[in-house]
Amino acid sequence: MNFRKLFSLFCVFFRIGAFTFGGGYAMIPLIQKETVEKKKWITDDDILEIVAIAESTPGPIAINAATFVGYRVAGFWGALVGTLGMVLPSFTIILLISYVLREFLQIEAVQFAFNGIRAGVLALILKALWNMCKKAPKGILSYCIMAGAFLLTVVFNWNILYVIIACALAGLISSLIIARRAGK
Amino acid sequence: MIFLELFWTFFKIGAFTFGGGYAMLPLIQEAVLTKGWAEPEALINFIAVSESTPGPFAINMATYIGAEVGGVFGSVCATLGVVMPSFIVILLVARFFEKFKESRIVKGCMSGLKPAVVGLIGAALLSVAVTVFIPEGFTLSIFTDPQTYLSLAIFGVSAFLAFRKIHPIAIICLSAALGILGGYVL
Repeated sequence: MNFRKLFSLFCVFFRIGAFTFGGGYAMIPLIQKETVEKKKWITDDDILEIVAIAESTPGPIAINAATFVGYRVAGFWGALVGTLGMVLPSFTIILLISYVLREFLQIEAVQFAFNGIRAGVLALILKALWNMCKKAPKGILSYCIMAGAFLLTVVFNWNILYVIIACALAGLISSLIIARRAGK
Repeated sequence: MIFLELFWTFFKIGAFTFGGGYAMLPLIQEAVLTKGWAEPEALINFIAVSESTPGPFAINMATYIGAEVGGVFGSVCATLGVVMPSFIVILLVARFFEKFKESRIVKGCMSGLKPAVVGLIGAALLSVAVTVFIPEGFTLSIFTDPQTYLSLAIFGVSAFLAFRKIHPIAIICLSAALGILGGYVL
């Protein structure tokens, strides 16, 4: 086991975790800069691969990327150390904040501030929804699944896990039917 | 046992979220609100905190809810739970990625999952809107409550700025300032 490499993996992902706001795709350019340009651990093609993997596997993109790069560089222990480095900064910061936040919310001005902030957050979620809408596949089937997932959750109160499984199955079955028709 | 429940709940959330960031919100909302681990308002407040602190949304959320429910050890359990599924899946996938990428089954499932996330975030948006605009439930008094109009105005300004690609932290700061101003004026 190469301890120096593991330590350097930890430091790189700790830095990435500590300095990216918002997470997700915002992290990809920083990961590219640190691991491709500076450390030369992986190549630009690997970065594209990571994005593709992150999109088709569950879990946060940041964790997917840290585990994948860590594994490429130093096997299982690399994956473990990279992921730990990525998680530790937010974990520590949030743990501290969660204690302060409750006291902080007793102040009247802070309550007013959060009344405003909640309306702002609604706008941020709307923007995120719009971005995801643009990225989602087009076509009648895709729109039906969007509407179906929405209605099953809001109107029929389905458990979200079941909605996700049902939508994955719908996508799978329809793509198999399309493939079979194309084959004939 | 609360620690096991925290771990298992966030393990499921980690295992069923595809795509980053807000894709996790509907699942977190459902789990946290039905178990009574946080008030709807507190959850939305924390989205703002999470946007303004570094690190992935999922980790921030898990750590926060874990700490609220079970202290330091609770946050360790929740965070471990949310990280574990991706960690395991990536380790498995990294060995035979080419096969995985070309797999018809994976592609088929993804063609259903991508639009599903859009629908689910739509549902999450609706529930956040209810918490923001009609926190006490729908009564006629919301039309005479100045707070409703203040929230509508802040939402309008924030949405305009968000679509102009203004940074989320700037939007949160502005809506906080407007909230304080409105709170003391009204």
